[in-house]
Amino acid sequence: MAVDTQAPSRGFIGASYRTCPETGLKVCSQAEALIKVNAVVAVVFLAVGGFFGLMVALTRWPAVHLLPADWFYLLLTAHGADVLLFWVIFFEVAVLYFASAIILNCRLAAPKFAWLAFVLMVVGAVLANVAVLQGESSVMFTSYVPMQAAPHFYLGLIVFAVGTLIAVFCFFGTLVIAKEEGSYEGSVPLVTFGAITAAIIAVFTIASGAIILIPTFLWSIGYISHIDPLMYKVIWWGMGHASQQINVSAQVAIWYAVAAMLLGAKPLSEKVSRMAFLMYILFLQLASAHHLLVEPGVSSEWKIFNTSYALYLAVLGSMIHGMSIPGAMEAAQRRNGFNNGIFEWLRKAPWSNPAFSGTMLSIVIFGFLGGISGVVMGTEQLNLIMHNTLYVPGHFHATVVGGTTLAFMAVSYLLVPLIFRKEIMFKKIAQWQPYVFGAGVAGISLFMMGAGTLGVARRHWDMGFSDAAMSFDYPATAFLMMGLNGIAALCAALGGLMYVLVIVCSVFFGKARTPESIAAFPTLPKTGGAATVTTYGSEAHPKLPGTVVLVSVFFVAFVLYYYVNWKYLSEVWPLS
Amino acid sequence: MAIFPPQNRLWWKEPLSGIEITWIGVAFVWGLVMFGTMVGWHFVGKQNLSNETYRINPNAFGEKVEAMVERYQVREEGDTGIPVVHPAPGTDIYMLGRLWEWYPVLELEKDQKYRLHLSSMDWQHGFSLQPQNINLQVHPGYEMVLTITPDKSGEYAVVCNEFCGIGHHTMVGKIHVIDNK
Amino acid sequence: MSDQNTGSGGAPEERVPAMQRLLDNPFLLLFMGVATPAALYLLWGVMELSQIPLAP
Ligand code: HEM
Ligand SMILES: [Cu+2]
Ligand SMILES: [Cu+2]
Repeated sequence: MAVDTQAPSRGFIGASYRTCPETGLKVCSQAEALIKVNAVVAVVFLAVGGFFGLMVALTRWPAVHLLPADWFYLLLTAHGADVLLFWVIFFEVAVLYFASAIILNCRLAAPKFAWLAFVLMVVGAVLANVAVLQGESSVMFTSYVPMQAAPHFYLGLIVFAVGTLIAVFCFFGTLVIAKEEGSYEGSVPLVTFGAITAAIIAVFTIASGAIILIPTFLWSIGYISHIDPLMYKVIWWGMGHASQQINVSAQVAIWYAVAAMLLGAKPLSEKVSRMAFLMYILFLQLASAHHLLVEPGVSSEWKIFNTSYALYLAVLGSMIHGMSIPGAMEAAQRRNGFNNGIFEWLRKAPWSNPAFSGTMLSIVIFGFLGGISGVVMGTEQLNLIMHNTLYVPGHFHATVVGGTTLAFMAVSYLLVPLIFRKEIMFKKIAQWQPYVFGAGVAGISLFMMGAGTLGVARRHWDMGFSDAAMSFDYPATAFLMMGLNGIAALCAALGGLMYVLVIVCSVFFGKARTPESIAAFPTLPKTGGAATVTTYGSEAHPKLPGTVVLVSVFFVAFVLYYYVNWKYLSEVWPLS
Repeated sequence: MAIFPPQNRLWWKEPLSGIEITWIGVAFVWGLVMFGTMVGWHFVGKQNLSNETYRINPNAFGEKVEAMVERYQVREEGDTGIPVVHPAPGTDIYMLGRLWEWYPVLELEKDQKYRLHLSSMDWQHGFSLQPQNINLQVHPGYEMVLTITPDKSGEYAVVCNEFCGIGHHTMVGKIHVIDNK
Repeated sequence: MSDQNTGSGGAPEERVPAMQRLLDNPFLLLFMGVATPAALYLLWGVMELSQIPLAP
């Protein structure tokens, strides 16, 4: 049994609370329960989907070529849906409840609806999985028409989306309650603001999804005779890509949160960080056009404007976060006394705490691998030499696995003691987990990008074309890349397994936190952590030489890689 | 502390530090440079997509392809039975994707311009020209037209890189580029 | 949900700047965040698709 320093108390409208012994926050028990179930289901989908990912990667390892073709396409569809949609979104719902009810010290709005949302999401996700595993819906999670899946595949996705929408409304409702009941003063905390950004993007995402998936469902049961493939794709990516922007926003919010909780980091400037999120709110979703850059029927004007997020204003937002978060960490560490040289603050950071190391690796992999490759591939003409090659999955495994998934893993190491109130078990495994997973993911990203640069197609069972009437040989390096990719995938899968093991065991079999263990191993460190901060808000202007070096390296890498790709492009056949 | 409300109620009025202003400026200008590069390439670069697209019934497209094959066929590709066409330089050439082949095989002359028309008879396919690594999306019901100038001779494969069902990985076509006779 | 007041406790005399009021209003942000991509991405895109001519 969990031991509270205070017995649960009743709020004035019947909501019950406990007071967190570590942060002093008032924790709404409904919110807490919902965070738990959403997070647990999320981890289940990660485990299942991650296993499918390993199967897929082993099939793409030419020397292993594990699965037969039909199973490969089936599991690839399931992998995409389970990890990209279900793992990520269940976890995001947990993050939304945390960033509203918990951080704002308030009760969750309409908990009955939040439970309904949860049930719908589970039903939808299971239904879609059943449809895929039955074998009649191996259409990839993008389900481009006119290829058709079984009706309950689309239905599952729709039910899941309805559930998510309800959850998002509970989040907005909680904001209203917090404001009305005055549970905080002034502006919401920056982390909550990041969550608001995620929720706003979620609304656009789900609206686009509804516009296109409902007619597609009706088409699959014969009520509609034709769905235009181009129209489908434009609107579908309004959902498919915008949902990635939910991830980005949620993950950046988590970066700020972990930096704050572990190091006591304050944003360099509330204004700048919030403006960066505003750039996300307004422009990030335009990048759905990334998927239509070599499509017929949409003009270069539309492509250029949208793919550049309106003159790269959303990239500006990301670059701001990319400086502001390390900057905030550096400032906090220097305040904590690590003031020697340029990098002492970084060297003496809590690298053995998986919440910290996971967050740092997430920032680095997302920024250097995912961010740069994303902008390059999202350039109208450069997309010509990358579209639908393995470069694409290489890129987004850096963003959504190395970035989002790793950030979610990192924050789990804080959620388990704070929300589940359990000790983390297997501390040594936990300590290594982010490194193993991060190395594996960096590997699969780089090797898939490498194979993609050499032209290897994505979603493709046989890069040797052994059954094809006409043949083609990819360069030997490409085969080597896919072998290395298989090895990196084993490493990533091991890291994923370590995560699932630690979290599941801790949650279900872990020792409850006691006042003694909290005093001995506080989740939020007493020295150099949140406890040392006396005022909240922006950091007073510090000197940040380490951050200057880091962002300079990033910027040079970005510029060089960008123009190297223009050089590659200039060498292919002239087209006009 | 990003998990608590900022204590200064008027945080908007706090001045920025020098490093932030500099970085924002650098990032903003870099964004403009990238945007300008993309626009500028349309004027100075040689690799751009045309915006020429038509709606077309797949059968009508199939007829255009057949007409070209009848007029320009020179032989068959190996023992595949698929015709090889050698259209006159500067003309309209066609390639269609269907489950699971690219039809027909094209034989082009180096450094000549052709207007390439692409469409699909059934599902979406991905035109991936290897080892050039030029990738275009092919839709049923839409005819995409672009001008290509093969500038290196050799044998090129057209791999399908949009998932198109269980035979997807067998869908490979050919384009031969030969030195001018 | 509207955010005209300058904060509940001990309101400072100074008015909250307009930009900060915008950032403090999630529902205005929600409207802008849905309307912008709906107009620039979806509507513009769908309009272009609907104007594709028939093949000659
Ligand atoms: C053990 C970890 C993982 C491994 C080894 C792995 C490996 C792979 C491989 C090899 C592909 C296939 C590329 C292709 O043939 O087109 C793939 C596709 C994909 N993966 Fe993963 N992955 C992992 C985890 C994840 C996670 C955590 C996510 C999302 C959060 C994710 C999202 C995706 C998506 C969206 C696709 C594309 C599916 C499609 O093309 O329809 N993966 N993955
Ligand atoms: Cu195909
Ligand atoms: Cu295909």
